[in-house]
Amino acid sequence: MTTLTSSVPARSDLDPGTPRRREPTRTAWLPTAVLLIGAFYCLLPVAWVVAASTKSGSSLFTTFTFAPGGDLLDNLSDLSTYGDGIYWRWLANSLLYAGVGGAISALVSGLSGYTLAKFRFPGRDAIFNVLLAGVLVPGVTLAIPQYLLLAKVGLTDTYWSVLLPSIISPFGIYLARIYAAAAVPDTVLEAARTDGAGELRIFGRVALPMMLPGLVTVFLFQFVAIWNNFLLPFVMISSDGRFPVTVGLFTLLNQGQTVPALYSVVIIGVLVSILPLIALFLLLQRYWRLDLVSGAVKG
Amino acid sequence: MRAKFGAKLLAVVLAAGLSAACTSSDSGDEDQPAQPGGKVELSFWSWAPNIDKTVDAWNAANPDIHVTLSKQAGGGDIVTKLLTSAKAGNPPDLAQVEYQALPTLVSNDVLADIAKDAEPAKAKFAEGVWQQVTLGTESVYAIPQDSGPMMLYYRADLFDKFGLTVPKTWDEFAQTARTVRQKDPKKYLTTFSANDPGWFTGLAQQAGAAWWGINGESWKVSVNDAATKKVADYWGALVNEGVIDGKPMYTPAWNKALNDGTLIAWPSAIWAPGVLEGNAPATKGKWAMAPMPQWAAGENKTGSWGGSSTGVTAASKNKAAAVKFATWMNTDPAATDLLIKESAIYPAARDAQASPLLQAPPAFFAQQKDFYTEAKAIADTAVGFTWGPNVNVAYDTYKDAFGKAITGKTPFSGAVDTMQSATVADMQKNGFTVTS
Repeated sequence: MTTLTSSVPARSDLDPGTPRRREPTRTAWLPTAVLLIGAFYCLLPVAWVVAASTKSGSSLFTTFTFAPGGDLLDNLSDLSTYGDGIYWRWLANSLLYAGVGGAISALVSGLSGYTLAKFRFPGRDAIFNVLLAGVLVPGVTLAIPQYLLLAKVGLTDTYWSVLLPSIISPFGIYLARIYAAAAVPDTVLEAARTDGAGELRIFGRVALPMMLPGLVTVFLFQFVAIWNNFLLPFVMISSDGRFPVTVGLFTLLNQGQTVPALYSVVIIGVLVSILPLIALFLLLQRYWRLDLVSGAVKG
Repeated sequence: MRAKFGAKLLAVVLAAGLSAACTSSDSGDEDQPAQPGGKVELSFWSWAPNIDKTVDAWNAANPDIHVTLSKQAGGGDIVTKLLTSAKAGNPPDLAQVEYQALPTLVSNDVLADIAKDAEPAKAKFAEGVWQQVTLGTESVYAIPQDSGPMMLYYRADLFDKFGLTVPKTWDEFAQTARTVRQKDPKKYLTTFSANDPGWFTGLAQQAGAAWWGINGESWKVSVNDAATKKVADYWGALVNEGVIDGKPMYTPAWNKALNDGTLIAWPSAIWAPGVLEGNAPATKGKWAMAPMPQWAAGENKTGSWGGSSTGVTAASKNKAAAVKFATWMNTDPAATDLLIKESAIYPAARDAQASPLLQAPPAFFAQQKDFYTEAKAIADTAVGFTWGPNVNVAYDTYKDAFGKAITGKTPFSGAVDTMQSATVADMQKNGFTVTS
């Protein structure tokens, strides 16, 4: 639905203000051109959605693709009134799935990564290798088995059916382990143990704050993944009141051949559904930058 | 110490998992015997727009049988979901199902045979429609909801401008297509879509095609029968000649072509006014509807495109109540009028087709006063058709094979042969006995 997953805000992390050495001011044309083309390629669909969302159903197919229309507010009110405002409910569901799921997933990843990085116990490497293999398995392939498992315990078509599978993220655990190994010094843990703190307390009070930037990254990854996930909720949820926005919009587009697809409602719905993601990226951007730099600078 | 912590954690996780399993394992509907005063709960999946209005009306009038609606994606997607949920043991009680998907669900034991409870409904429907829910057997697997008899839609204003008459036969239709190209090389009479197998199936039905048939315990499959090949080659010749466009329908480009008059006719079905209104609003009041062109002068037949029914699942614990609701929704005037008004469907029930609501033409066809009188007459000429258990495979092959035939300019009858062999191969693979 969105193309944001790959667009990390393109701001230079290195401060160009004070160069240590006078560099010849020469523009590298080729890389610049490649990057510009890349940016154009990523932003074009977004521009299309923005332009199309301002058109009525009739001008959508008859006017120039990128020419804006004047029906943005009408489309918004159509969206709000469709099915007694069920779109907003879908959006709230998406926020719940992605927000709560991402947060729990970040916490579980942090716990697991920290444990794998800082404790020696039998089978640790085996667990880690299985996790690595798990990173290679696309989550989509697990949707049907997960559905059948949850159907056995009668949890399908509940909020849990989407939340539970999204809590465990092999990639998140892997990332957290790497991060814990790099950012949490053993000496600090030893000192805390000497002072008599329990293991849970050490994790909560010492390790967690140190790992925070890494965990924000995990949260962001998971949030975007869950937000854009289609197949899992499509399979799990059958009550339209519990649909996330992806599945909800899909049902609007696909109403069988006998009913015209609600293009203008879907397009404005897509536009509105990108906004929370953009907001999230802008909010958490500083953590990202901090995170990307700190890995290299802290010895 | 550490080992203890791990054990504790494991215990916590296990306990949580077990308690979740225990508390929720009995969340399925309890078997509710239809005792007097006992309230029955039914779940219903559908994609028809605003069908909640009809369900609300039922719930208001029947407090003892409560129906909960869940809107789903339409067409093939709902079939996939039904198959999965039936496998997992938690399908809804009722579901909207397109006619061509019924055999798929029946052969996977998703739908119940409701012949006994549905008996009173039988007389309300035309024979061709009823055949679609019985699959030509003694059983009944659904109650018909809407039907999609096919007819020809054309731009009356442009037909006048070019001095065209409405074609009565397919030969005339081909001539008209050539004339349009001569009068205005930018325009086409219509397009042949390799993306819409349901549309092509309707055209083939009109010519007398019979793709599937049940023969005792075995299936007879003849997707490439003479009638189908005749239809395919007819269109293939016109597309190759360049007098009929070969672009798919239901795309933004197609919408644009309808809007700006590049395409001036559309062999479609009774529900077309809604689609035209949604996709080509600029052409309001410029269209007219006529019976389909015929293969032989003086004949009077048409095929069907679309239409759906309400099925009751085999896993439902309240089948009798479910059939009661399905019958009411699709035959009771109060319900069918709501379906006509709110969901813009063309009812399959005969009486409903004569509803006072269908006296005035659709708003998009305001100038054609007798629209629905004409439509009812056309609906009665729709031929019956038996669907097979793997329509999805035949349909997917259609898209693929016809797409290739259009780009490669090869005979369309070859694409029909490809459909036949793929359909038969898939049925044999799935353990059906096939005689072709």
